[in-house]
Formats: sequence, structure tokens, C-alpha cells
Amino acid sequence: MKDHTVRRFEDELNELKATVLSMGGMVEKAVRRSMKALLEHDPKRARKVIERDDKINQLERDIDQMTRNILALRQPAASDLRFIISTIKIVTDLERTGDMAEGIAEAMLKSQETPLTHLESLEELALKATAQLKKALDCFARGDVLLALSIIENEKSINGMFQRIQRENLTYMLEDHRKISAGLMAYSIGKNLERIGDHAVNIAEMVIYMVQGHDVRHIDHETASALVTSNIES
Amino acid sequence: MDTEMQTKMKIRDLKLWYGDFEALHGINLDVYSDKVTAFIGPSGCGKSTFLRCMNRMNDRIASCRIEGQMLLEGSDIYAPEVDVVQLRTHVGMVFQKPNPFPKSIYENVAYAPRIHGLVTDGPDMDELVETSLKKASIWNEVKDKLQQPGTALSGGQQQRLCIARTIAVQPDVILMDEPCSALDPIATAKIEELMDELKNDYTIVIVTHNMQQAARVSDYTAYFYLGDLMEFGETQQIFTAPTHQKTEDYITGRFG
Amino acid sequence: MHNKADNFLHQGVHPRKRKRERADARFHFYGLAAVSLALGFLVIFFIDIIGQALPAFHLTEVLVKVHYTEAVKSNYNKAIDHKLSRIVGRSWLRSLPMKIEANPALIGTEEELWIAADSRVDQYLKGHDGHGLKNKYRKIVDKMQQQGKVRDVFNWAFFQSGDSKLPESAGILAAAIGSLFTLLITMLVAVPIGVMTAIYLEEFATDNTFTRLVEVNINNLAAIPSILYGLLGLAIFINFMGVPRSSALAGGLTLALMTLPLIIIATRAALRAVPESIREAAFGLGASSLQVAWHHVLPLAMPGILTGSIIGLAQAMGETAPLIIVGMMAYIPDAPGSILEATTVLPAQIYTWSTESMRGYSERTAAGIMVLLTVLLSLNALAVKLRNRSEKNW
Ligand SMILES: Nc1ncnc2c1ncn2[C@@H]1O[C@H](COP(=O)(O)OP(=O)(O)OP(=O)(O)O)[C@@H](O)[C@H]1O
Ligand SMILES: [Mg+2]
Repeated sequence: MKDHTVRRFEDELNELKATVLSMGGMVEKAVRRSMKALLEHDPKRARKVIERDDKINQLERDIDQMTRNILALRQPAASDLRFIISTIKIVTDLERTGDMAEGIAEAMLKSQETPLTHLESLEELALKATAQLKKALDCFARGDVLLALSIIENEKSINGMFQRIQRENLTYMLEDHRKISAGLMAYSIGKNLERIGDHAVNIAEMVIYMVQGHDVRHIDHETASALVTSNIES
Repeated sequence: MDTEMQTKMKIRDLKLWYGDFEALHGINLDVYSDKVTAFIGPSGCGKSTFLRCMNRMNDRIASCRIEGQMLLEGSDIYAPEVDVVQLRTHVGMVFQKPNPFPKSIYENVAYAPRIHGLVTDGPDMDELVETSLKKASIWNEVKDKLQQPGTALSGGQQQRLCIARTIAVQPDVILMDEPCSALDPIATAKIEELMDELKNDYTIVIVTHNMQQAARVSDYTAYFYLGDLMEFGETQQIFTAPTHQKTEDYITGRFG
Repeated sequence: MHNKADNFLHQGVHPRKRKRERADARFHFYGLAAVSLALGFLVIFFIDIIGQALPAFHLTEVLVKVHYTEAVKSNYNKAIDHKLSRIVGRSWLRSLPMKIEANPALIGTEEELWIAADSRVDQYLKGHDGHGLKNKYRKIVDKMQQQGKVRDVFNWAFFQSGDSKLPESAGILAAAIGSLFTLLITMLVAVPIGVMTAIYLEEFATDNTFTRLVEVNINNLAAIPSILYGLLGLAIFINFMGVPRSSALAGGLTLALMTLPLIIIATRAALRAVPESIREAAFGLGASSLQVAWHHVLPLAMPGILTGSIIGLAQAMGETAPLIIVGMMAYIPDAPGSILEATTVLPAQIYTWSTESMRGYSERTAAGIMVLLTVLLSLNALAVKLRNRSEKNW
């Protein structure tokens, strides 16, 4: 696509995108770190994640300021408008994802006396969730609608996995009453990971809107993918 | 598109030449009743030319030649038996620069109804002048000085007077060629507000260089590029997700 | 931030500024010089003309005793003291027999009358040599003056009579009426035709080779020397159409021919000055071409059209060359009763007088010029006034 005739506007849009991506990078890192802290029983790392969340929040405020300025001063239209709107929404998702990571880190700190067992399935879920998040950021960076579609597709498997973890936890808790608090903790961590997956899907949906202008939220996946691919072919 | 929508003007394969220069290359467009349609596009792309075709103002240009169909409610306005004078009472025009006649405000409005014999001078004419000025939202500002020259009004008032003058003959369609380009934001807002009201009774076509204005006032937008109609669609669609790359570039400010 | 020395405000007068100012001053001076020169000539011209013309506006009268007798009928010199026969104006003396004829009751009476003096006496009293007023007559005049029988009065006769072979009774009335008739015809012919032509060309004609040819030719016609119009008038109006020679009709038509291109050009300029937006507005409301022209364009162009027409007519009024050809440069002492009678016009009258050698005529030449100039200047002032009115914005 051609550049804007007004160079400053072009620069502002590029800067906005770069800031969103760097925020995304920080959020992704926070998720990985929190999981690592959990798996390796590393409270120091967990605390670091919690500390870093302030930075993420700050970035959210910065980005909101930038989008506000662009809306007020540049009156973006068409693809620019869609980019700004997507950004506003994506940033919220990223910030919530950051909060999820913080939540995992806090859970790790709370569970230090009674360390969690059976972390394998949580680890597996975490891998999937972070992969989704990473892909979401990639598809935002590249405007890759096909990748976005695949993220939306994957949501089901993450949900399935979370339900499995829930059932497992329930079994453990029924078997051994002393494991109830650990089980609840594992449940909440799983819930956070599942949420991270949801946010990644939200981001993917916004990317599709940003690139093609289609709103694929709350419609079934076949219709969505038909809409997206038809647009690519034409 | 909504099938219940009534088509006021249907343009099919309209080509136009100025001498040897082909200014419009086969335009196909439907103008819907009681809606505002905006024409946008870079300078020289043929917006004014096309607009002026719609009430045959181009007849005045000797070198201008037209091919294709321009249907107003199903009949071709370029058919040989069509009376241009009658046509222009059905399709009125408001120009870029406010151009009231150097006569009184009253005379400005009364002129067209009088020459077309719609109303005779006297109380009927007074009433028509008043309702026209009211419809153009300028009555309150001029009711005490109807005998003063229309040229003594401010630019925005003059433009609304011109609109009043145009609606005094009760046209079906009002064409406006950049009606706000010489006006300040307040006058512009008044005219935009006016358009919003007028579209209950009239079909409006407006040429504008102000993207935001097109977005604000119109229901449909047509994007012209180098004598072609590049894209036509609902305004909110054109301004959020145009389908054509050229439209996209123009709307977002990416000019070659 | 800025170094003081770098700032152009602190570098003193720039050499280019001085050069520029000198050039400005020079240009200013040249302009002023040109204007003063032109004004100077104008002032000299006016002073000269007025100085020469003023004497013509007053006249010497002498008090004489008139005896109306039968003998006067055959010899008018008998009516007055024969010493005075050279002192009293001849034209009055000549009219005496007719006066008695018309009123036989006068015979046998006598009366004292103030009579216009002979031109030579007039000149002598105005301090000029008087073209050989003999010494003995000078003495008589001096004596009459002492007796209070000589007076100086305003020369009403100049405005009340036509040309004459005697300068003291030569006036411009006939020429003025001739001019009026001629100009009236010019106006009635040239203005409507010219304005209609211009409106047609400007508002209705399509732009094709024919109209462009017409346009070019109209512009060329305006540049043709006026004497050729005289020849054209002679050929068409007098020889072909049989209009009487020297008549106001022939002159008026000829001048109309000459004025036509001017009026057309001026009218077209006035029409073109009407903004296109007014036409568009009217057309956009469904007015026909005729309605646009009559209701909107013409009223706005009217002051311009009037200005052009007046200037054209003023030019026609001052024109002599074509009128020589159609025979209006003749000795025609009587005011015309109709447009078909032979007449003369102001500029022609002035020219005729200027060729006379007698001092009395050269005064009248200047006086005639003054009258003509006054009329022309008032016409031009009217034109300027109309033009100013047309300059208001719309
Ligand atoms: N009377 C004319 N004679 C010849 N060519 C003309 C005439 N009027 C317009 N054109 C040409 O036709 C093309 C379209 O002109 P038009 O005035 O319709 O453009 P526009 O889209 O209204 O531009 P703008 O936004 O600047 O008003 C231009 O290339 C112009 O040069
Ligand atoms: Mg235009």
C-alpha cells in the first residue's frame, strides 16, 4: 500500500503499531515468565512478573493517548480507521492478558507452602495459550488473516483442554480433601490460561476486521472462514 | 442493496466528451429517492461534469457531447422532446460560490416560481417565499429585510438563500456542487443540518472535496477517478471498508 | 539562539535596498513628469481657447436713431444717419426693408434703438486693430462712447442665430440644432442595432467560424479611418438610397455606421463583465436564454452599455471628416426644420469659421470650440458617472 501523503501521519501510525507490538512482546514475556516461575517454583521470577505489570499498564495508557490523538487530529478513514479501532480493542485484550499473567504469578506465590502437583497438563495448556498469543501478535504485525483464522480455529482445542484439566482437578480434589486448595489454585491458573487463549482469539478477530473490514465475532467458524477466504481470492 | 429503495435517477453507460477529450467513460449509477448521494474524487475527475449532466447544464458548452442514458424516473432527460426549462424545475442546482441575484431577497426567491407561472404575485407568492426561506432555515435571519439585496447577506446566508431559491420551484432533485467550499464551519454546519432536513422531501446530490462532509451528510457515496466511477456504495461502507484500492488510497489520504 | 550579527535586521542598509529605492524614485519621477506634461498641454490649450473665446461672448451695441421712411424700403442706409452706416451692423440694416414691409404702420415714425455694432467697431473697441476701421469712423465711435451711446452686452445672438457672412451676427444655433438632429438619428439607429448585435453575439450565437468572422470584422471596423465611413455613407445613403445631401439624416446614418462597431464592442465588454455565476444561477432555475439575458444580464450590463453608447455618441458628435463627404461642411445659415433639410453641425461650423480671416470669426471659432467641448465633457462626465455606478459589486 502507498504511504500517506502526510508523512507525519504515516509516522504516527507506524509508531503506534510498533508500540502495540512492543506491548505485545512484554505481555507474551510476562505469560512465559509466570508459567516458568510456577513450573520451576521460582518466587523471585513471579515477583518480577508482578512488578513488570505496571509497565504494561503504562504502555496501555500511552497507546490510548496515541489513538485518541490520531482520532482527534487526523480523522482516519477506511483502513486507517479500522487499524485505530482494532488497536484500541487489541490493547485492552493485551492488558487483560498481562493481568492474567500477573494472576498466575500471584497464584504461584500463594501456593508456595502447598506446591501444586500434576503440573503437566497445565504446562501443556500454557504452551498452547502462549502459542496462540504469539500467533495473534504475529498476525497483527503482518496483517495475516489466514493465521488469524487458524487462531480462531484453535480456540476449541484450548477450551477442550481446559475442560479436561477441570475434570482432572475435580477428581484429585474428590480423592484427597487436602488437595482442595491446591486444586482450586490449579483451576484458577487454568482459567487464566484459557482466558489468555480467548484474548488471543479476540485479537485475531480484530486483525481480520482491521485487514478486511469483516466482523467475524459471534458467527460460526465456517461462515467466518468462507468470508475471509473469499475476500482473499477476489 | 435495499430493494425497497426507490431509484430517482438511473444513469447507464454515460459518456461525455469535451471536443476530443473524453471526460466521462461510461458511468453507471443509481441515485436513490430521498437520500443524499455524495460525489467525491480528486480534482478534475469529472464530478462537476457529471453533476452538470444531471440537469443538462452542460448544454451550454458547445464542445460538449454526450452518449448513454440519464433517466429521471424512467425517462431519458436527453430525449429530443424534453424541455430543458421544465427539466431544470425538476432538477435544481446550487453552485459552489453563493450567487444570489443582485436583487432583493424576496425577488431572489420569487423569481423562478414567477417565470414558471407556478404562483402569481400577491399573498400566494408571499407565502411561497416564506415557506421556501423557512425550509432553507434562513427565514428568521431575513424576515425583517426581505426587500434588501440578497448580495448584502453573509456568505453562508447567501448560500442558504440560493438553496431557498432552488426549492421555491419544488424540484425533485437538488444538485449541489461544493456548496460549502466558501463557507465557515458554522455556516457549513447549518447547511449540512439543512440537507439532513431537506432529504425528507428531496433527493440530494452533492459534490464535495471535504471527506468528512461527505461522510457526515451522505447516505451513499460515489468515488470518481479520472472520468470513471470507481466505487459506489453506502457511505458508512465506503468510509470504513471500501472495496477498491483507489478509493481506499483517496479516503485515507494516500495521494500518489 | 540567533547570533545578533547574523540577523539581517542588524546589518545596516542593504545595497540592493538602496538600488531598489532609487529605481522606485526614478519611476515615480518619470510618471509625474509625463502627467505634468499632459496636464500642461491641456491647461495651455484651455487658457488659449478661453482667452480667445471670451470676447465672442460679448458684443458692442450702439444707440442709433432709426427713421422709418418709404425710402428705406429701397435703400436701407437711409434709415440712419449716413455717418453711422459703417458703424452699425449690416445684417440689421438689411433686415429693415423687410421689417417695414411686414409692418407698414411704422412708416413715418422713428425710434432710438441699441443695435449690434459692425464687427470692425466691435474689434476696435475690444482693443484690436479691427481690420482697417478707418480713422474717421474711429473718431465717431470715440465720440459716441463719450456720449454714452456705446455699450457692451452679452452676445445672446451667438446662441440665437445661425451662420452669417457677417461675423457680428454669426451664431451657432443652426449648427447646434443640426448636431442635435444628426446625433438623434445616430443614437436611434446605432444604439439599438449595436446593443442587439452585441447581445446576440454574446448571449445567443454559438461559437462557430461565421460568428468568429463577424467578431473579427467588427473589431476591424472600429479601426477604420472615419473618412472612409463618409465615402460609404455617400455611396449607400446618398447615391443609392437617395437621402438628401447635407441632411441630418445622411449625416446621422453615416455617423451611426461609424459608431456601430464602437457600441458593439463596448456592449459586449459590458455583457462579458456580468459574472458567469449570475447566468448559471438563472439557467439553473430554468430560465430561458431570453429570460436570462433580459432579466439578469442586461440590467447588470446597462450602465456599461450606456457608458459605451455615450462615448460612441460623443465621438460621433465631434466627428467632421465623414460629414465633409456627405456635404455638411457648407455655408448653411438656417437651422434645419426637418431631418431632410440641409444642415451643418457644430464641428463643421467651427471648421468653417476657422477658415475665415476676419478677427470676429476666429473669436467665434474659439467660442464654438468651447461650446462643443462643454457638451462633450458633460457627456463624458455622464459616462463616467454611469461607469462608477456599474462598478458596484454583486
Ligand atoms: N468546459 C470544458 N471544456 C473542456 N474541458 C473541460 C470543461 N470543463 C471541464 N473540463 C475537463 O473535464 C475534466 C473534468 O472536469 P470537472 O470540472 O468535472 O472536474 P471536477 O471533478 O469537478 O474537479 P474539481 O474537483 O476540481 O471541481 C477535467 O479534465 C477538465 O479539464
Ligand atoms: Mg468541480
